[in-house]
Amino acid sequence: MSPSPDPGSDGKSGRRPENRSHLMLFIVIEQILNGLVVGAYYILLALGLSLVFSLGGVVNLAHGAFYALGAYLAVTLANAAGFYGALVAAPVAVAAVGMAIEVLFLRWLYQEDAILGLLFTFGLALTAEQVIRLIWGATGLPFWIPPSLGGVLKVGGFLFSNYRLAVLGVAMAAIACTWLLLYKTSFGMVVRAGTSDPEMVRALGIRLRPVLTIIFGLGVGIAGLAGVMSAPLAGVQPAMGTEILTATFVIVVIGGLGSFWGVVLAGILTGIVKGLTVLVYPPAAEAAMYALMVLVLLVRPRGLFGERMDRLEA
Amino acid sequence: MTQTQALSRRRVLKAATGTAVLGMVGFPAITEAQVDTIKIGHLTPLTGFLGQLGVYGQNGAKMAVEEINARGGVLGRKLALITEDSVNPGVAVAKAQKLIEQDKVLVIIGEISSASAGAIMEQAKRLKALYFNTGANSDELRGANCNRYTFHIEGCNTMYTKTIGHWQKRQGLIKGARWYMLTADYAFGHDLARVSTRFLQENGGIVVQNDLVPTNTPDYSPYILKIRQANPDFVYLNLAGVDQTTFLKQYKEYGLTYKLAGGVMDTIPFWAAGIDALSGYWQSLWYHGLTNKGAVAFTKAFTDKFGGPPDNQAWGDYMGMQIVAQAMTEAKSTAADKLIEVIEKGMKFDLLKNREGFFRDWDHQLLQEMFVVKVKEKDKAKDKWDIFEIIEASPGPDESLELIQPTKAENACSFAT
Repeated sequence: MSPSPDPGSDGKSGRRPENRSHLMLFIVIEQILNGLVVGAYYILLALGLSLVFSLGGVVNLAHGAFYALGAYLAVTLANAAGFYGALVAAPVAVAAVGMAIEVLFLRWLYQEDAILGLLFTFGLALTAEQVIRLIWGATGLPFWIPPSLGGVLKVGGFLFSNYRLAVLGVAMAAIACTWLLLYKTSFGMVVRAGTSDPEMVRALGIRLRPVLTIIFGLGVGIAGLAGVMSAPLAGVQPAMGTEILTATFVIVVIGGLGSFWGVVLAGILTGIVKGLTVLVYPPAAEAAMYALMVLVLLVRPRGLFGERMDRLEA
Repeated sequence: MTQTQALSRRRVLKAATGTAVLGMVGFPAITEAQVDTIKIGHLTPLTGFLGQLGVYGQNGAKMAVEEINARGGVLGRKLALITEDSVNPGVAVAKAQKLIEQDKVLVIIGEISSASAGAIMEQAKRLKALYFNTGANSDELRGANCNRYTFHIEGCNTMYTKTIGHWQKRQGLIKGARWYMLTADYAFGHDLARVSTRFLQENGGIVVQNDLVPTNTPDYSPYILKIRQANPDFVYLNLAGVDQTTFLKQYKEYGLTYKLAGGVMDTIPFWAAGIDALSGYWQSLWYHGLTNKGAVAFTKAFTDKFGGPPDNQAWGDYMGMQIVAQAMTEAKSTAADKLIEVIEKGMKFDLLKNREGFFRDWDHQLLQEMFVVKVKEKDKAKDKWDIFEIIEASPGPDESLELIQPTKAENACSFAT
């Protein structure tokens, strides 16, 4: 089957109001902007994953479950508190759940073989998906864009969804706050020190355990925020966490483990590459992300901004 | 030292691969079968982008078994249902084999993915067990890949396409109209795009573009922006499952006004999108708004049991179980060859529709009515499930059930070999 059946035969191009080259420019800008939105979701998820990994050494396979939990809590909370209430409350609740899990289970695994952390979070992801099915049911829940953010922005031939612009804004704010926390506060200094040399931090008499708990809560809280914001767009269904996790790993790998700006750049790049692939050759949209990863790893084996971390090199 | 164990970047890559594995493990649920029961396997995706449909299907099958056993079972024996999650074609093959060889089921019912159904069909043929397909639409399964051991309760793509197509044609919507297609990038979508393009072009429609979309795409906006630039008369969806929901919601988000139609309609993804995101005319294999006695009773029993009305998938698997029980009773046997014989003789089945149906002998497709439905106006909907009004049955009451079927020339099937 040919993906592009003969556009020349329609003979109706005359009814298009705008100039073609302008249109092409608009659609490229629209797709790039859209790539930024997609990238924003990836970044919000990948930041938490990267933080927890570089500080705790645990690859959190349940990270997607917290994203799903955020979306489900948003549906439930929005009934009582409205969309904006849910936007604030759901990530906080997700962070609380995450910190509880960290204190009860995960923290006992930091010192053990990394495979234990993998197995635990793998099991947690499966359990979480089934728990979601038990509580909220197997069918997707309907959830909509709040009326105040509905509609589209239309400037000449340019069109974009208001809600997606808002998502972009909130994501940028969340990324900025995370950066400020990590690079401009004394708490952040401890986190970064703990990442590069946990032994030295302990030797200086600073306890890393509470820091890890907070970082885990922060990481999954941001994932929960992404979940809330995706609920009106991509739908709310039990497998949503598993589905996005693979892409999240790709972002972390492209960006370089533990690198803040690496993750941000990788998210943006991946989103844009995906959008432009749809424009040119849709069947390759899914593969484009992996092709980008392979390409980056060939040139920079540690990812875009990945630094050598001795304790992580096998 | 905290991280004494080597935790390499390579391991993280492996972990990423591991997440893919997450999607592959299923949760088998085995209802313990006693010695003197007739064992039936139910195999359908309970996870992934068709998982929501599968759960309804399984509920339908379970309810049918309970009803059949409550009235004394079949041939004096109770039915025992063994349910499995088929996940993907690879797992589906293994589980079909396990159900037939290890669990000794006589019949397998279920499946939604056309790719998986094709795999199950091959196992059914090889092991000479019957398979009733209740959810896979591809014409090819009834055509080039058909076999004698498989019966198709689900409508094929051509039935869906012709049901809505005949209606559109009568309204003068096809001739000269420009259609933009979005097609699920796997067996079902390719097959559907082929038959829907054929129908539109035969009737003077112009397919301006056909974008292949990966299943489970979370973001349709790149496609929606492309549709806007193409400025078509209709957007035609060859999508299934969660993908329908996602597209419908995001299409509403962008507020585009090109009319929507599609090569298939399942109620569950439409329920999930919500009535606000829906518009236009669609086709349905079975809808709980049907008012015949059987449909009303089925809808009530299902709603009482599961808290919401049945959809077309629940109907399909429920019907599958009832058809198997009826055929066994008629044949006074559970042997595959005997069952094929009575069904091929044109045995009639009550399908909870206006008319009875029967299986066509040369391709084993269940000939049955379908329905043209229209999205309700929001203030007329009684509840969140009440999204359609039924416009007409297709074929109409006086027309042959063959009317919406692929012809032998369009979809040749041979049971030889």
